[in-house]
Amino acid sequence: MKSWNRFKNSYLFYSFKRDPVAIFSFSALSVLVIISILAPVVAPYNTYDMATIDIMDAETPPAWMEGGSESFILGTDIQGRDLLSTMIYGLRVSLLIGVGAVLLQAVVGILVGLLSGYLGGKLDAFLMRIADIQFSIPYLIVAIFTSAIFKLAFGVGRYAELAVPLLIIIIGMSEWPKYARTVRASVLGEKNKEYVEAARVIGINRWQIMYRHVLPNTLTPVLVISTIQVAEAVMSEAALSFLGLGMPITKPSLGALIRAGFEYIFSGSWWITFFPGVLLAFLILVILLLGDWLRDVFNPKLYKG
Amino acid sequence: MRHLLEVKDLEVKFALWSDELTAIDGISFTLDRGELLGIVGESGAGKSVTGFAIINLISKPGFISAGQVLFEGQELNRLPEEEMRAIRGNRISMIFQDPMMTLNPVLTIRTQMVETVLAHENVSKAEAFDIALDKLKKVHIPSPEKRIHQYPHECSGGMRQRIVVAIALLTNPALIIADEPTTALDVTIQAEIMDLLLELCESEKMGLILITHDLAVVSQITEKVIVMYAGKIVESGSTQTVVEDPKHPYTQGLIKALPGIIPPGSRLNQIPGMMPNLTDIPAGCAFHPRCNISGNTCQMEVPALISKGQHDRMLACHMIK
Repeated sequence: MKSWNRFKNSYLFYSFKRDPVAIFSFSALSVLVIISILAPVVAPYNTYDMATIDIMDAETPPAWMEGGSESFILGTDIQGRDLLSTMIYGLRVSLLIGVGAVLLQAVVGILVGLLSGYLGGKLDAFLMRIADIQFSIPYLIVAIFTSAIFKLAFGVGRYAELAVPLLIIIIGMSEWPKYARTVRASVLGEKNKEYVEAARVIGINRWQIMYRHVLPNTLTPVLVISTIQVAEAVMSEAALSFLGLGMPITKPSLGALIRAGFEYIFSGSWWITFFPGVLLAFLILVILLLGDWLRDVFNPKLYKG
Repeated sequence: MRHLLEVKDLEVKFALWSDELTAIDGISFTLDRGELLGIVGESGAGKSVTGFAIINLISKPGFISAGQVLFEGQELNRLPEEEMRAIRGNRISMIFQDPMMTLNPVLTIRTQMVETVLAHENVSKAEAFDIALDKLKKVHIPSPEKRIHQYPHECSGGMRQRIVVAIALLTNPALIIADEPTTALDVTIQAEIMDLLLELCESEKMGLILITHDLAVVSQITEKVIVMYAGKIVESGSTQTVVEDPKHPYTQGLIKALPGIIPPGSRLNQIPGMMPNLTDIPAGCAFHPRCNISGNTCQMEVPALISKGQHDRMLACHMIK
């Protein structure tokens, strides 16, 4: 209750209340996240259940069009799945991969950035060169390579089951240097401040100083890039799926759905690729708008205008 | 009797690209429990480095190249880091110049104080909290029960320096090193903090080393004083004798430069020239280019710090007999 009061009086909440874009993007994102979490409850059909799918329903247009059916509001895809339900499940997969990949990036990147920034010296040089190397390899090449090896090693059948963790690892590992560099830069700024010196004089050991004193002071930029990174990770996943390297069509993400529909766009079934595309664009837009607002709030140069 | 702190021929060097720079060049002094020592000098004289050398926390590329620091009989500069950390912040505390910077902005005062107690004493969190609250009362913080839950930015400058003093007191240290504790504060707060330090030293029987460039402050509260110039002690002795009857031309210059001495409206006295760069200390007495009584010997020989007169006065000057 006390922390709620503190939050209610904070500058964060104050500026949130006064920014219609922030309110809109936050509530839109919340709705999307809640829908995706509650997918089995909200979605009209369970698209993972093969028994509910009838191939005879394939390529039904949206309900308001000629030949549309009341039971499939946004129509069906090429296998006869309800498009709305598939999109809800796809959103869930996309968000899961996006958030998972960002968590992985953040954990690895913060750890590396903190160690190399605070301890410095040879370790710093070594870790940062690894980050440079990692950055210089395009993630698409890594993804093609890994998924090829993976399909060979485990078989295509197992691939469908393990695609989510695999994509999280591929996208997560390709982007961690961004965190490492951000954190390292702010650690370098913080570590020579007097409160760190004071903590050393008090006799606190260096791990505790690193973790308790330096880290919390470097988290603001991390929070800001995290929102943008989630959007980027979702897009990366969509791009991979679009190239056929991502989620299998039995468990489609938004990107995989767009790809599946793309092949039929000229035969008139535009809705299979259109609606997932709109949803993906909307999701990215909302995340980026929220990130934009966060950046403004946390930037002390804009803070007191 | 054993001294609380004994510094013997301490020498601190900084490694440069090709050679080394001597920041402190063989200084010695002693301090007993309850005694108040002032170290004065211009910026770059090696005052703060002396403070850090005592707790063996000179950051690279600096290092202690010779000499000893004996604290309660233990040789601090030979102690392994683990044991040193048990003394640092526990038996010896340090107070820094700027209270705006020495408190971590993202942690509450409670967190920072409890953490310090837990780092040194084997007590529960609740007990640590009680100790913290008790120390805040000791430094006369109004409504400490409320303040302890606040963040540093919610307190004023004087308040924060009191909190820093309270943190320094948490583990009942035997020695406090105060490195220009009042420079960042305005004059009235300065006097309050100084009174507080003085009062605490008396009641807790602590030794205090006050590092400052402000002779006025030193003459108010300390018993002994050391005047440093370019890494060396040029004059030391009881504060009263040194301030009232300075012998070394540098000390004389410092005292003449105080605003209170000259009639209002006239120009302040100043010592001509600048403190030499440590990479390029003049041969002989380091002060001779700025000295008005220097002679030939001053340019050739380094004057030794020898006992002159009574009241433990030590002086390093060729020209004063």
